[in-house]
Amino acid sequence: MTYRNPPTTPRKSATFDDYTLSEIRRAAATGIYDIRGAGAKRKLPHFDDLLFLGASISRYPLEGYRERCDTSVVLGSRHAKKPIELKIPITIAGMSFGSLSGPAKEALGRGATLSGTSTTTGDGGMTEEERGHSKQLVYQYLPSRYGMNLRDLRRADAIEVVVGQGAKPGGGGMLLGQKISDRVAEMRTLPKGIDQRSASRHPDWTGPDDLEIKILELREITDWEKPIYVKVGGARPYYDTALAVKAGADVVVVDGMQGGTAATQEVFIENVGQPTLACIRPAVQALQDLGMHRKVQLIVSGGIRNGADVAKALALGVDAVSIGTAALVALGDNDPRWEAEYNELGTTAGAYDDWHEGRDPAGITTQDPELMKRVDPVAAGRRLANYLKVMTLEAQTIARACGKNSLHNLEPEDLVALTIEAAAMAGVPLAGTNWIPGKNGF
Amino acid sequence: MTATKLSKAATHDHASRIFDLDVSSLRELNQALHNLTPGSNETAWEVLHPKGSHSVAVGVDQPVTIDVRGSVGYYCGGMNSGSTITVHGSAGPGVGENMMSGSIIVKGDASQYAGATGKGGLLVIEGNASSRCGISMKGIDIVVHGNIGHMSAFMAQSGNLVVLGDAGDALGDSIYEARLFVRGKVDSLGADCIAKEMRPEHLELLQGLLDRAGVTGVKPSEFKRYGSARTLYNFNIDNADAY
Repeated sequence: MTYRNPPTTPRKSATFDDYTLSEIRRAAATGIYDIRGAGAKRKLPHFDDLLFLGASISRYPLEGYRERCDTSVVLGSRHAKKPIELKIPITIAGMSFGSLSGPAKEALGRGATLSGTSTTTGDGGMTEEERGHSKQLVYQYLPSRYGMNLRDLRRADAIEVVVGQGAKPGGGGMLLGQKISDRVAEMRTLPKGIDQRSASRHPDWTGPDDLEIKILELREITDWEKPIYVKVGGARPYYDTALAVKAGADVVVVDGMQGGTAATQEVFIENVGQPTLACIRPAVQALQDLGMHRKVQLIVSGGIRNGADVAKALALGVDAVSIGTAALVALGDNDPRWEAEYNELGTTAGAYDDWHEGRDPAGITTQDPELMKRVDPVAAGRRLANYLKVMTLEAQTIARACGKNSLHNLEPEDLVALTIEAAAMAGVPLAGTNWIPGKNGF
Repeated sequence: MTATKLSKAATHDHASRIFDLDVSSLRELNQALHNLTPGSNETAWEVLHPKGSHSVAVGVDQPVTIDVRGSVGYYCGGMNSGSTITVHGSAGPGVGENMMSGSIIVKGDASQYAGATGKGGLLVIEGNASSRCGISMKGIDIVVHGNIGHMSAFMAQSGNLVVLGDAGDALGDSIYEARLFVRGKVDSLGADCIAKEMRPEHLELLQGLLDRAGVTGVKPSEFKRYGSARTLYNFNIDNADAY
């Protein structure tokens, strides 16, 4: 009987994992960085790391199906003559026509309108489908100014000056040639079929003092009627929020790194910016320090998925949240019904993120006339409205359990954290302790 | 006397409607301009004592004439749609930004970003323009009698930029389909911007622009034309050094 040394189990490196190895091989073969859509995919501290305490002897709950729990929110009352009044504190984030198909944009407008909330244009101008089907439409004012015009500015319900987005703080837009159809090209004043790398900086202002003058101009053009939002990526949320307030914003939008993009470099998405959870408390703190909390509204986006996420964001001091990726999934993005076609593209339902290539089997991130027929704007809009309704009911369920007759009465004291990281970021105690890392000298 | 009374009196005399920014606010001025409806008789406006105010006569969408007697701050005539604005002085940053149509004439100099992202209309600067003149222009025509600064026509998409004097560094960097005509020297061209042949149709186009801008005694043949080499239109890794 011969003795054989016991073999070890083959072990893959945690550092050089399968994805990393495949990316090295891909880079070596192509000589170009990987471009994709969506937001950060790595695991990050998130709302899952927070829990609500619910009612107890010292707090009493509201009856689930009988007692009212208000969900409405008013955005832009600081300076605007016509603030935005929403029935629910969940809005649809900016996504461009060009990146998305016309039917997808229409569906977003329909769903938002059915739910009493707003939707937002994107880096490609305002389309008739979108304006026509959106009761409340936020018009983005972007560095590229593609399609920016006086008529659309005046028929918008609010204006969002976009400084950055969570997936790529400091990066501009990117729309590759295969998605530049005749209609997209015309709206952007560019030749058909060429790559569009939109600017990362605004062409006619730099810094907070200029921004203040730019906001004044937009207010003067629109006769001080419309709320002016300022959207920033989750880079320096305390200072960005404070500077936006100083510049005169009615609403500050902070987008964390889980927030999606139509297309940018993978290395950018995964390595620049802060998680949504880490952005909220600094932004709220800036508003509180300036005495502007609840006077200037704060919208947070990036990885909002359900009513619990909404409730947690609101409890941390946010006025409303925005959804992008989740809204696209409600419309039909990454649906397993197209699995065979995802496989042909070398991916699988749930992982498809090559939105820039314009071959989306679900017909959402495409300009292909055949593929986009797969989106029925009425049915998809209905699905989005259903989803928004569920999120709202979920958030109300939690708020009532915490004894709150309004979602906006949720507070940090209703929360604990499961991890030290989340406790430090959210500024709430680690579960089972009264320890808030970074507070009281610890 | 309030500005409103003063302006009404002026209207009765069929003279210009006068807005004195010493007595009335910028808000009143812009609101009065926005209240104009098609066919209004108030077609001539005069703005006194602008003293560097920002956002003078922004978002005007009726074909009126507005004479601004003095220098203005940022964004004068921003998003102008059809009006003719004459600044009898100098203009701060972003004069005529995102202009849709109409015309703006600056008798003095203009600061940075003149005509930024303009979609249409004509911007004439009788003095010099600073850096980033015509940045991201999308159909506007800009005629500068003097010189322009660095990074002008950066990412310029369409329209025409005419410079009777010199251009600074990195002219037309990352330019798309805009046409640049420079009579003097160009310090340097930006990425993907090259000198191009001046064909008869360009000479004709340029003559038209000079005529519209009231330029006399200057021949189109004295200019050189610059535009896109179109090598950066679709990403190619071998061009990465150009960025």
